Amino acid sequence: MSILILCDHENGQLHSTTLNTVSAAKQIGGNIHLLVVGDPSGKVAKAAASIGGVEKVLAATNKALENKLAENLAPLLKSLAAGYSHIMAPANTTGKNVMPRLAALLDVMQISDIIKVIDADKFQRPIYAGNALSTVSSSDTTKVITVRGTAFEAAEENGSAAIETLDSAEDAGLSIYMKSELSSSERPELTSAPIVISGGRGMQDGANFAMLEKIADKLGAAVGASRAAVDAGFVPNDYQVGQTGKVVAPDLYVAVGISGAIQHLAGMKDSKVIVAINKDEEAPIFQVADYGLVSDLFDAVPELEKELG
Amino acid sequence: MKVLVPVKRVIDYNVKVRVKADQSGVELANVKMAMNPFDEIAVEQALRLKEAGKAEEIIAVSIGPTQNQETIRTALAMGADRGIHIEAPQDIEPLAVAKLLKAVVVQENPGLVLVGKQAIDDDCNQTGQMLAALLGWSQGTFVSGLEITGEKAIVIREVDGGLEHIEITMPAIVTVDLRLNEPRYASLPNIMKAKKKPLDSQNATDLGVDIAPRLTILKVEEPETRAAGVKVANVKELVSKLKDEAKVI
Ligand SMILES: Cc1cc2nc3c(=O)[nH]c(=O)nc-3n(C[C@H](O)[C@H](O)[C@H](O)COP(=O)(O)OP(=O)(O)OC[C@H]3O[C@@H](n4cnc5c(N)ncnc54)[C@H](O)[C@@H]3O)c2cc1C
Repeated sequence: MSILILCDHENGQLHSTTLNTVSAAKQIGGNIHLLVVGDPSGKVAKAAASIGGVEKVLAATNKALENKLAENLAPLLKSLAAGYSHIMAPANTTGKNVMPRLAALLDVMQISDIIKVIDADKFQRPIYAGNALSTVSSSDTTKVITVRGTAFEAAEENGSAAIETLDSAEDAGLSIYMKSELSSSERPELTSAPIVISGGRGMQDGANFAMLEKIADKLGAAVGASRAAVDAGFVPNDYQVGQTGKVVAPDLYVAVGISGAIQHLAGMKDSKVIVAINKDEEAPIFQVADYGLVSDLFDAVPELEKELG
Repeated sequence: MKVLVPVKRVIDYNVKVRVKADQSGVELANVKMAMNPFDEIAVEQALRLKEAGKAEEIIAVSIGPTQNQETIRTALAMGADRGIHIEAPQDIEPLAVAKLLKAVVVQENPGLVLVGKQAIDDDCNQTGQMLAALLGWSQGTFVSGLEITGEKAIVIREVDGGLEHIEITMPAIVTVDLRLNEPRYASLPNIMKAKKKPLDSQNATDLGVDIAPRLTILKVEEPETRAAGVKVANVKELVSKLKDEAKVI
């Protein structure tokens, strides 16, 4: 058995969910190969080669792959598929975009967002915003899988795999990358941060998120948000935690002015410790919070900042 | 241009689902069903394209049991022009759905298919991308902005790092995200009018598509629930608990 993993990366940095995906692959067992695309400096390929348990890194250098357009990347993955029993990717926006396209080209049914490996054919995945867990068995010869990073430990970076370059790829001529508007932040990345502090509609205004940022900077935390806060334009879309946003499971999650709708809980209820600050003592967020503080956030948050010294 | 909008019938997003005692799935009997919220956004976008003179006809398609016709009627009440129902099992997989949609695309020849990015029941996030692959079309996924100019369209995609702008070639598949628009409600007169709009029904097996499932569901279970926590009296107590008890700061 051999497993191919499509690495995820951003701004020349290997995304930590790639390490989680390698751990999931190790549980399946077999030779693990990583594919890196859109990495002109070769920095990501080097980082990928240092992941323990990886046999080989394929660095696809063709220009058509530079921006990870699904129309160009899926055919490349298909051309490699014959050598692999499993093709996996972190369930991030890159993987979610390209893997179903690959699955259809291979005529297989993708298994999305797995949280547990039972064996090489059987996997567990959440459905209904994580309110039910489904164990499925696949009869397809090639398994196309996306992996929920928070459900698997990060593989160690203690390896030294060989890097092979791969030039073959074609531009399907269907789509053109134009530009990105990326949020830049010095804070840790949301899905891998040890502490996350999120604000909801109760924040009332984007400017008030500065209160959360101050605390985040004291704690080395990332800042997240509920859908309502994103929809209202308080913060950019990439802050959204939940069923249809990002899934996080930090050591500490602090929900401020968030009611705790099931769609939000879906993205954070596997956090180790949950704190809720909400002025409504009936808010459903308190049902999952280890520590609940019933208080007006405009009093509690500045006080918390002071208290943290 | 015709616009095709697939709409899925799912448990209403406000309902807390219950797992069946025999672990074969979740309870669907006597549960409030509704159109998948992302599909409402897709229908709304199609309506806006029509209102802007960029689309002539909007066709809503639903694949599943007979009750899915209600979901099509909802789309018709919002303003879609006609409906196509394809009779199929409730738990049909995205790959089979994509194949059936391809058969509909071949029949109807739309210039655009607007799909919800994800269904809130199986949370698969696959159908649009699969349909694009089967048709060899370009795909704009997780879209919060769409501007069509003739043979091309510019889409703004919600990605992990922020937003991405790409140009796609028409005909195309666009999968819609939450911030593309806010769907309208159907008015009572429009609900009445929708009853008279054409709704054609066919059987999945008549479309010559293999819809046999590839995944077997072995069991569906409840996740572990979190033990209830405590309320703290003030910020001081919170900080000391986090430091001394939970040891997370
Ligand atoms: C298809 C679909 C997908 C969705 N996906 C997501 C998702 O991925 N992520 C997500 O988060 N949501 C998602 N939602 C939305 C979800 O259903 C809720 O609407 C949303 O999470 C509510 O956000 P909120 O808690 O910030 O706002 P509200 O529910 O309005 O809650 C605001 C809270 O703030 C409290 N508050 C107000 N003022 C103060 C104050 N001064 N001090 C203290 N507390 C205060 C209130 O008591 C209240 O509890 C989705 C919904 C749908 C239909």
